[in-house]
Amino acid sequence: MFYRESGQFSSSYKQDQAIFPLRQDRIGLILILLVAFFGVPLVASDYLISAIFIPFLILALAALGLNVLTGYAGQLSLGTGGFMAVGAFMAYKFATGMPEMPIVLVLLMGGLMSAGVGIMFGIPSLRIKGFYLAVATLAAQFFIEWLFIKVGWFTNYSASGVITAPPLAIGLPFTSLEYVFDTSAKKYIFTLCFVVVLALATKNLIRSHIGRGWMAIRDMDIAAEIIGFKPLQTKLSAFAVSSFLCGVAGALWAFVHLGTVEPEAFGINRSFSILFMIIIGGLGSIMGAFIGAAFITLLPIFLNNVPPMLGMNLAVDLVVHIEFMVFGIMIVFFLIVEPHGLARLWSIGKEKLRTWPFPY
Amino acid sequence: MQNFLGEFYFFIEVLISGLLTGTLYSLIALGFVLIFKASGVFNFAQGAMMLFAALSFVGIQEKLGVPWPVAFVLAVLIMVILAYLVDKLVLGKLVNQEPIILFMATIGITFFIDGFGQTVWGSDIKVLDIGIPTGPLFIFDILIDKLELVAGVVAGVMVAGLAIFFSKTKVGRALRAVADDHQAALSVGISLHHIWIIVWSVAGLVGLIAGIMWGTKLGVQFSLSLVALKALPVLILGGFTSIPGAIVGGLIIGAGEKLAEIYIGPFIGGAIENWFAYMLAMVFLLFRPQGLFGEKIIERV
Repeated sequence: MFYRESGQFSSSYKQDQAIFPLRQDRIGLILILLVAFFGVPLVASDYLISAIFIPFLILALAALGLNVLTGYAGQLSLGTGGFMAVGAFMAYKFATGMPEMPIVLVLLMGGLMSAGVGIMFGIPSLRIKGFYLAVATLAAQFFIEWLFIKVGWFTNYSASGVITAPPLAIGLPFTSLEYVFDTSAKKYIFTLCFVVVLALATKNLIRSHIGRGWMAIRDMDIAAEIIGFKPLQTKLSAFAVSSFLCGVAGALWAFVHLGTVEPEAFGINRSFSILFMIIIGGLGSIMGAFIGAAFITLLPIFLNNVPPMLGMNLAVDLVVHIEFMVFGIMIVFFLIVEPHGLARLWSIGKEKLRTWPFPY
Repeated sequence: MQNFLGEFYFFIEVLISGLLTGTLYSLIALGFVLIFKASGVFNFAQGAMMLFAALSFVGIQEKLGVPWPVAFVLAVLIMVILAYLVDKLVLGKLVNQEPIILFMATIGITFFIDGFGQTVWGSDIKVLDIGIPTGPLFIFDILIDKLELVAGVVAGVMVAGLAIFFSKTKVGRALRAVADDHQAALSVGISLHHIWIIVWSVAGLVGLIAGIMWGTKLGVQFSLSLVALKALPVLILGGFTSIPGAIVGGLIIGAGEKLAEIYIGPFIGGAIENWFAYMLAMVFLLFRPQGLFGEKIIERV
């Protein structure tokens, strides 16, 4: 009823290949974007924006990156935090080494560097698979973390090993004026632009030849090779795109969210929490990355705020442990009951809306 | 000459200490191998199980005030219950899924056990002392840590015991049958659930012993489960299915990382122990993906 496809015909190739072929999807997306761009900055408080919305967007971008690799190309990685760190620290080097470089380019360069590192650590994936590869990516995680702590060059020899990102400012064209993103609402819009553009780009990439290659490799690598996808390029491109997205997310995390950051912020726990986002949100789904990131960002806040409202006072460490337990249970639950995660619930909902008010 | 001899003694000391630390890694790796060998599941939760077992052991001693052998038995009992629950609630529902799904499920188990153990027993550092000798021991002027020596002996005994268990007993043969092929094992009347419960219990026991050793060394605390991550490169080196491989891999990793830390570390900033083992394992993977003693994997693209 609400989600009827009948009557919507494609009369040209262009229409047929549109990124959102259904009118309802297009309207829904525009509504979501309107709310995200105008509604949230107007309504939400500074605290909400800087403590929830910005980290949510950035983590969603990182989850998107991991989803490309794990969800679409089937290569399990536990090194996400490491790739985020590369993005953050290399962006910092570009920003301090070449101050005249525009900030958007700085962040993208961080991502590109991360893509290079990703390719390097992706090379073993040609010979090893599954949890062997997971261990190899753990190597990346530990090595990168160590590198940024120990090698002073990356932090410009700061004694504490902490980097401080320069203020976010974009030079306006044809003038010497700069627009500074100083309030949390402006930072939020800045992040949102990045995330929306990259998410749409990824969505398009998934629908292209490259994306189909990733899925073919994931589903059955030998068959994929027989039908003409070269494992080398396909796997390495997945590693490159994935770590590019993670790198940009890491750079945003350092430049927009925290401002000052140390290598520990990108430790192994970050890798795990991002893996949880895509398992809970949905493996192999763009929307899943967003839903999972929202879930994992909101759960600790929920646990911190709801029990006191009900009159229970939980100790701080107990909250952390309960969080651990809930994550563990959710992971197992979703793997058993709904391997496609929360995103699948949405598509079931769409099916229901299609036939509403009748059950079938 | 005196100086050279001193250097040499120092080298031997580092080597021996590395080898003995390696046996401690092997103890953890054994738990992984057991479960992998018997069910084809790569159990990421082994480290968490070790922490949980050690926490329970110390916690029972503290709360009930019982002597340690009683606490040991109770801790084993807890691990058996855990094994039963894991089979009942998780693995039993994931039969015939891809290995990578099972692997991710064990990551979920890891987080649950970590949170649960610390909720029940508290997250402060606990001292574990059951009279295992600690401190230095001098043999021919070479310094050896007594605890590491004991750990070496314990690891040796356990490997011998497990090797006999796997090759000579009926249960052991059933375990290997399950590992080879779930379906075939089921069709000759082997109960998958019994096997899984048994093997997870044994892995829990191995975890408990490893936890006691590591707990004596470091105190029982959350970082124990991070030590377990060190067992992963050991496995890769030794091969996922080989018990002797776990030992040899542990020795190589232990000695390699100590020597690297002492002789290479100072030139590149130190504290390379954290990743050296992984890099070693990764380079090794490129040449021999199945590990030193692992079964050859034929499918490769």
